[in-house]
Amino acid sequence: MTVLRRSLRAFGHFWWDFLIGDSPEFVLATGVIIALAFLLDEGRLVATIVLPLVAAAFLLGSTYRGRKRAARPAAQEEAPASRVSPPTP
Amino acid sequence: MALAWPLDTMHTTSTLILILAVFGASSVEMVEALTIVVAAGVSRGWRSALEGAATAVVVLALLVGFIGVPLIHYVPIDTLRVVVGALLLVLGLAWLRKAILRASGHKAPHDEDRIYAETVAELSGGGDGGGKSRDGVAFAVAFKGVFLEGTEVVLIVVSLGASQGRLGLAALSAGAAAVVVAGVGVLVARQLSEVPENTIKTVVGVMLTSFGVFWVGEGAGVRWPGSDLAILGLVGFFVLVTLAATAWMRSLLPVPTSVTSS
Repeated sequence: MTVLRRSLRAFGHFWWDFLIGDSPEFVLATGVIIALAFLLDEGRLVATIVLPLVAAAFLLGSTYRGRKRAARPAAQEEAPASRVSPPTP
Repeated sequence: MALAWPLDTMHTTSTLILILAVFGASSVEMVEALTIVVAAGVSRGWRSALEGAATAVVVLALLVGFIGVPLIHYVPIDTLRVVVGALLLVLGLAWLRKAILRASGHKAPHDEDRIYAETVAELSGGGDGGGKSRDGVAFAVAFKGVFLEGTEVVLIVVSLGASQGRLGLAALSAGAAAVVVAGVGVLVARQLSEVPENTIKTVVGVMLTSFGVFWVGEGAGVRWPGSDLAILGLVGFFVLVTLAATAWMRSLLPVPTSVTSS
């Protein structure tokens, strides 16, 4: 039971880190892009221009926002300790 | 007959980009995993470290089979493309953001030498692996390193492979990258910091983002001009955006104040 719970927690952590992590705006970006792709169905050519532009806008915004947090010590973000810590016996 | 050339070109283009994207992503992740495996091998013993790494590779391969094959057979292609496109977009944009911050100097580059040194220091304490008998710590650390880094590769292989119906080709590309990186690792041992990781990450980020936008659009019914060839246009667009963003972010770096000793 403990193993199952730990596995589920690790699985949840992985998806949280993967989807949200330190850039939750990309989930929002993806949602907006999917919505626009379906909404712009009457002007499909417009969609081919709008979708990449929206992705680029979110990328620029998120990178700009990220520079402030990156100003903190890099070691905090890239600490490999969690990856390599030996398991408790 | 007249249509054969454009159709061949489209398929060749998307296949080539698929191979490059999976190979690049796999290379980057495998470099990170190899650093941990080498550190575990050197400090605790090679046998257990290699066993841990091999076990993780087998588990990852099984995941590709168990997740990828049902996806291709049972999920409607348009739904699959929207979901896959969404995953690729999140992953690609995150990789690009990190690569731009590193290239522009706002974030420290990924330092394999530092990770290697820290891992060795951490594993050196707490008994000697000996290199002959099995060492649980070396096994666990190598397994965890390869499995965690490989999970993103599995996602990319399954996403790109399933959405184009080329799961086998995508898995082969990832496998080839793992073999190449392992070969280079054997030859250069701890010189993994020489690998231009951020450049590879930028290229792969551009490809994943391009595929992501393309598949979300396709799945939602958008008809891209030139069909699969539009991926090349998207790649070009995101390369320009990345270059511009890197230059812009560099211009935002604080000007270093000169320190003069009197």
